[in-house]
Amino acid sequence: MADQAVVADDAVDLSRRKFLTRATIAGGAVGAVFAAVPFIESWAPSERARAQGAPTELDLAKLDAGQMTTTVWRRQPIYVVRRTPDMVARIAGHDAELKDPQSEHSEQPAYAKNPDRSRSAEYLVLIGTCTHLGCLPKQRFAKGELYPSWPGGFFCPCHGSRFDLAGRVFDGSPASINLRVPPYSYPNPRTLLVGVDEKGAA
Amino acid sequence: MAVKTATGAAATVPSGAAAPAKRGFWAWLNRRMPIEEFVATQLTGYYAPKNFNLWYFFGSLAGLVLVLQLLSGIYLTMFYKVGEATSFDSVEYIMREVNYGWLIRYLHTTGASAFFIVVYLHMYRALLYGSYRAPRELLWLLGMAVYLALMAEAFMGYVLPWGNMSFWGAQVIVNLFGTIPGIGPGLVEWIRGDYGIADATLNRFFALHVALLPLALLLLVMLHLVALRQSGSNNPDGIEIKEKLGPDGHPLDGVPFHPYYTVKDVVGVGVFGILFSIILFFVPTFGGLFLETPNFEPANPLSTPEHIAPVWYFTPYYAMLRAVPDQRAGALLMLAAIAVFFFVPWLDRSPVKSIRYKGWMSRTGLALFTVAFVALGYLGMQPAEGLYVMLARIFTAIYFLFFLLMPFYTRLEPVKQPPARVIYHAH
Repeated sequence: MADQAVVADDAVDLSRRKFLTRATIAGGAVGAVFAAVPFIESWAPSERARAQGAPTELDLAKLDAGQMTTTVWRRQPIYVVRRTPDMVARIAGHDAELKDPQSEHSEQPAYAKNPDRSRSAEYLVLIGTCTHLGCLPKQRFAKGELYPSWPGGFFCPCHGSRFDLAGRVFDGSPASINLRVPPYSYPNPRTLLVGVDEKGAA
Repeated sequence: MAVKTATGAAATVPSGAAAPAKRGFWAWLNRRMPIEEFVATQLTGYYAPKNFNLWYFFGSLAGLVLVLQLLSGIYLTMFYKVGEATSFDSVEYIMREVNYGWLIRYLHTTGASAFFIVVYLHMYRALLYGSYRAPRELLWLLGMAVYLALMAEAFMGYVLPWGNMSFWGAQVIVNLFGTIPGIGPGLVEWIRGDYGIADATLNRFFALHVALLPLALLLLVMLHLVALRQSGSNNPDGIEIKEKLGPDGHPLDGVPFHPYYTVKDVVGVGVFGILFSIILFFVPTFGGLFLETPNFEPANPLSTPEHIAPVWYFTPYYAMLRAVPDQRAGALLMLAAIAVFFFVPWLDRSPVKSIRYKGWMSRTGLALFTVAFVALGYLGMQPAEGLYVMLARIFTAIYFLFFLLMPFYTRLEPVKQPPARVIYHAH
C-alpha cells in the first residue's frame, strides 16, 4: 500500500487495467459457456421421449407373401416387406443402375450389408423415410410399374427418389444413400423385434 | 438560437438550454424524455431524397405488416393451444367458433404472404438502384438479417397449425440439417427433441415463433432504421444528396421525411390496404398459394402428402434444392443461394449505383435474374420430374451467374454519367 501511495492520482496503470479487462472478459465468457449448457441440453430428447423410443414388436404371421406392412419405431415408419422368391430374384441384375449396390456408404447393421439387405431374404425391414429429406417412399412393387425396365421397389413422391426391392437407391435420384435398415432381430420365427439386436437395444 | 428567415424576421428554433424554460405538461415531459428532439431530428429534420418513386413504398409497408402480424399473432395466441393433440383442433376452433377468429387468423396468414411480397419488392428496389453500395453495406446486411429472421419466423409459424403440410414441411426442412457431415444426425435429433417431428418440436417452434424471433425481428428492424438514418436513403438516381447542400445545411434535393413522405406513405398504405382486403375477404387461401390444401387435414406421420411444396415465398430455393441429385449438394446450393445476397455490396464494382446509368450487361443480368427467380418460384411448386428439373437447373445456373459474374460485367460495360442533381419533375 505504501508503494502505491506515491502514484499520482491521475496516473493509470494501463497494462494492469488491460490485463484485468481481458481476464474479466475471459472469465465471463467461460461462465457464459457453462451457463448455456443446461439450455442447450434441454433441447435433447427428454426422458419420456427416450422411453417411448423402446423396441417395437410385430407379429409376422399376419403378413402374407408379397405384402408390406408399416409399424412405428421411434416415431419413424418401419416398412416390413415379406418378399416372394420372384421379388428376391428381381433384386439382382441392375447393380449398374444403383448408386451404392454394395451398401458401402449406406446405414445398416452389419447383418443387413448384403445384396438383399436383410437377415433373411424373405423379410425386408427398412426405416420408411426417404434418405433424401424424409418423405415416405410409396410401394411400386410390380415389375414395369414406373417404366418398362422398372424391377419393382419404392418411389418417393416428394422429390422422385427411386429404390429397388432391397431399398437400394437408383442413379438419378436426389437421395444419395440406400434406405436405412434399423437394428432388428427375431426373438422367435414369427416375431420381429425392431430396435433390438445382438448388440442390445439401440 | 435565432436565424434570419427570408423575410428578415427573426425566427426562433427550439434549442435546449438557450430557450427560456417552458411551462406546462408537454414541456415537463420533454425535459424528461426527448420527444420533440426525436421528432425534430428523425422526422421533420430527417431529409430524404425528393425523387422517390413507387419502389419506395415497400419499406414502410413492411413496417406496417410487421405491426399487423404482431397484433394478429398476439390475438391468435389467446385461442391457440400448442400441442400435438390440441394444435390442429384449436386452429379449427379459431376458424369456426371464436368470434371473428377467422378474420384474425386470415389476417395473420395473408399478412405472412404480404410480408414476403413487400420485402421481396423492397429488396428488388435495392438491387435496381444499388442501395446496397457504400456507404450502405451494413444497412443491406441488416436488411438481409431481417430477411433471414423472417424466413425462420415464417417456417416455424407454418408448423404451428399442425396440418399434414406443417408436419411434412418441418420434416423436410429439419432434415436439411442432417446433411451436415458428422454432426448432422445428432443435430437433427437435438432440433426435434425426439426421434421424429413430435410434440417437443411443435412446442419449441411455438416458443421461437411467438417470443424469440419476433424480438429478434424488432431489434434487427430497429438497427436497420438506425443504419438508414446514418447513411440516409439512396434514390432512383443512385447519387448522394448529401453532397449538394443548400445554405440552410440541408440537402438541396432532400425534403423532410415528415410531412412529405409520411403523407406519401399514407397513400401507399391505402392502396395496399385495398389489395390486402380483397385477398383477406375473398381469396384468403389464394388458390392454395397462401394456405396449402393438404394443411386442412391433421398431421399424419404415416402419410406423406402426394406432393410436398413449401409456401410460395420459399419455392425458388426449394426448386434449387430439388434440382441437384444429391441431398448434401442440394442443401448447400440452397444455402449458397441465400448467402450470396450478403456479398452483393462487394460483388457490384460498377462506378455508378443505379440501373438507370448502368450498361446493357447489368440490365440484361438483372432482367435474367428476375425471370430466373420467378421461374424457380413456379418450378418449386411443380413435381420434381422431367422437364421441370431440367428447367430448374437452367434457371439455377442463371441465378448464380447473375451474382458470380457481377464483378466482371459491372466493370466491363460502358456506363452513363449520372446527373449532378437528382432527376425530379414537379407534379
